[in-house]
Amino acid sequence: MKAFLAILKRDIYLGLRQGGGAGAGLAFMLSVLVLIPIAVGPDQNLLQRLAPGVMWLALLLAVLLTSEKIFQQDFEDGTFDALVGANLPLELTVLAKALAHWISVSLPLALMAPFLGILINIDMSALAVLWMAMTLGSLALSLLASIGGAITAGLRRGGLLVALLVMPLYVPVLIFGLSATLAQNGPSGAGNSLIVLLALTMISLAIQPFAAAAALRAYLK
Amino acid sequence: MKLEAKGLACERNGRLLFQNLDFTLASGDMAELRGPNGVGKSSLLRAMAGLVPLSAGVMRLSGEVDIPLPSRLHYIAHSDAMKPAMTVEQNLQFWCDVLEGKSIANALKAFDLESLRGEPVQLLSAGQRRRLCLSRLFVANRPLWLLDEPTTALDATSQNILIVRIQQHLAGGGLVIAATHGDVGVTASTRIDLSGSTR
Repeated sequence: MKAFLAILKRDIYLGLRQGGGAGAGLAFMLSVLVLIPIAVGPDQNLLQRLAPGVMWLALLLAVLLTSEKIFQQDFEDGTFDALVGANLPLELTVLAKALAHWISVSLPLALMAPFLGILINIDMSALAVLWMAMTLGSLALSLLASIGGAITAGLRRGGLLVALLVMPLYVPVLIFGLSATLAQNGPSGAGNSLIVLLALTMISLAIQPFAAAAALRAYLK
Repeated sequence: MKLEAKGLACERNGRLLFQNLDFTLASGDMAELRGPNGVGKSSLLRAMAGLVPLSAGVMRLSGEVDIPLPSRLHYIAHSDAMKPAMTVEQNLQFWCDVLEGKSIANALKAFDLESLRGEPVQLLSAGQRRRLCLSRLFVANRPLWLLDEPTTALDATSQNILIVRIQQHLAGGGLVIAATHGDVGVTASTRIDLSGSTR
């Protein structure tokens, strides 16, 4: 347990201190949201309709952008070699790293995202649901990204491959994350979508330790 | 305590590196791993550390039951497993927590890093980083040390410190296996020569 917390703590620290972590994600999100009104024109109604989808896409791609780093550095600098000597199963090591990625990158982005949405005239009445859906979904995004990160840990420039591998896994999260914010579904519709989103997050949580650990073990040959 | 290895064989990418390798080390023994480049010295150490599967053979630390070998040893390789963005102290504290050691006080003293404890690792010289990497040996007490070219980048003073540390470890009943081309400076009681072992 002490080892688990030590990895969690160190990765959060590195995520916030090093380049390419939360800062890069935030910069990416901000640039998407600033460019969207310029790209589609200053139509307030159109922007409002697009806003939830654009917010989700920006979050999703920002998380993906940072996912390559989750395992690669530890893999290259020998940290994994030394971690084998710890009394901690690899499954828990990868879970600690994914949770650290969530706390240091995805969660802050998800928490901040709705406020950035003001830039694209987001519907204030949908804000609370969007905020809940993104916060919940961000955990699933980090967990799934870490599976992709583990598969490409030993490859240089694995970023594109991570995107291709993880993108299909993100589709359900995107669908149910967005359907929660569709106002025409009514309050009960939002609730149902959030429950499915919760289920997706739980499934990711159950699968991630085994999938990412198996991917890393394949490199130890 | 006794380390016994019987019939070890290792294959990488379909190429046989060594086979039928037997050796025994007792408490206080140091083994020197010799052989030209690419003969499998690092692979043998990595296999012992649990990082590469062996194609045959068994290794056992006797006097112990059910404790996996990787959690009884320290493996020091070429890469230093230290984060450039963190300080010397933060890095050592991390390894101390992960390897369930008691405190980093000994580790800071062992290779004279106390004056550098607040320095970020990215500002250290190659030799200082090597000393930091070697200090990992002292964050947790483990009987078997696997050292892969431990003297790389060390100046004469630091090499002497390393010799003393190895001698102290051996005197305390520890075991050391070092892969080296040059001379570590400690008389090895066993010599494991890999150069002829595939035949």
